[in-house]
Amino acid sequence: MASPIAWRLATVTGVRDETPTVRSFTLSIPDWAGHRAGQHVDLRLTAADGYSVERSYSIASEPERLREIDLTVERIEDGEVSPFLHDVVVPGDRIEVRGPIGGYFVWEASGAMATEPLFLVAGGSGVVPLMAMLRHRARTGAHNPARLLFSSRHLEEVIYREELDRLAAAGDGLEVAHTLTRSQPPGWMGFARRIDDRMIGEVLAPLGSGARSFICGPTALVEVAANTLVRIGLPADRVRTERFGPTGT
Amino acid sequence: MVDDTTIDPVADQVLDGNAVAGILAVAFGAEMTAVPGECAHCGTINVVAAMRAYVRAPGTVLRCPACDGVVLRIVETPTGTLVDVRGVAWLRFERA
Repeated sequence: MASPIAWRLATVTGVRDETPTVRSFTLSIPDWAGHRAGQHVDLRLTAADGYSVERSYSIASEPERLREIDLTVERIEDGEVSPFLHDVVVPGDRIEVRGPIGGYFVWEASGAMATEPLFLVAGGSGVVPLMAMLRHRARTGAHNPARLLFSSRHLEEVIYREELDRLAAAGDGLEVAHTLTRSQPPGWMGFARRIDDRMIGEVLAPLGSGARSFICGPTALVEVAANTLVRIGLPADRVRTERFGPTGT
Repeated sequence: MVDDTTIDPVADQVLDGNAVAGILAVAFGAEMTAVPGECAHCGTINVVAAMRAYVRAPGTVLRCPACDGVVLRIVETPTGTLVDVRGVAWLRFERA
């Protein structure tokens, strides 16, 4: 078994569009030792002249899938890595990865976490590690009360929209609340503004202050959500955060 | 216009310790994000994941979220990795 921090070659076995600017890639890694929901991998591209660039991407798939992982990548126009992944990479290509990495921003359907209320807050592609948690939760049959509050700009930019609808319809204690900050379709019943104190309070209320919380998104959203949760009374050590930015491009 | 999903090119230069977990794992030979450490400047204790990460400098700088003091600096060179630990009083590794 290769060390988690050694670079190894993964083979791209699937590519699919999630939204007009977000695409998921399935990577087959024969000696993959498995991961925990919320972890990420580092991905390295090396040019013919030896120039190389590394980026971190959260794993979107649940640990129950063996020897392969999904990464979900938003295309950043002026990025170095994401345009390559979107425009160039096709099934059969090989890419260097190392991981799984991280042990803090992790949720597992075992021990106390399996039964505690779970409160997830996502902005845009910050939903990716939280999706790994929700897929893991569904696969293990956990029934703990869970809420995802998910902010997107437009309905067509909601990543995993149909799968989230299916997960929320399963009757296993999960509810998904969407907010659309820029445009809403006719008859929209969800929120229509940026995430704020009142919204967080409303979505969190049924879970109570015993919830365990994971927040992932751009820094501004993470700060607002984390500060609100601590002010409401969640212990700081149960509010876990992960910030992403232009370096994650 | 700023949204919950918009990456701000200035504010979002500041990430957190999760973003450099791979580099830290290489430098320390261990998973580091859940490791608590004390800031040598102000005494605040945070896990590495909660420290502020500046990743666009040459190398990586982790700062204390309370006092903004530099806690760790990691510079990778072609021949090795330099870890400047002057800003950290201690790190506590759990026995597996």
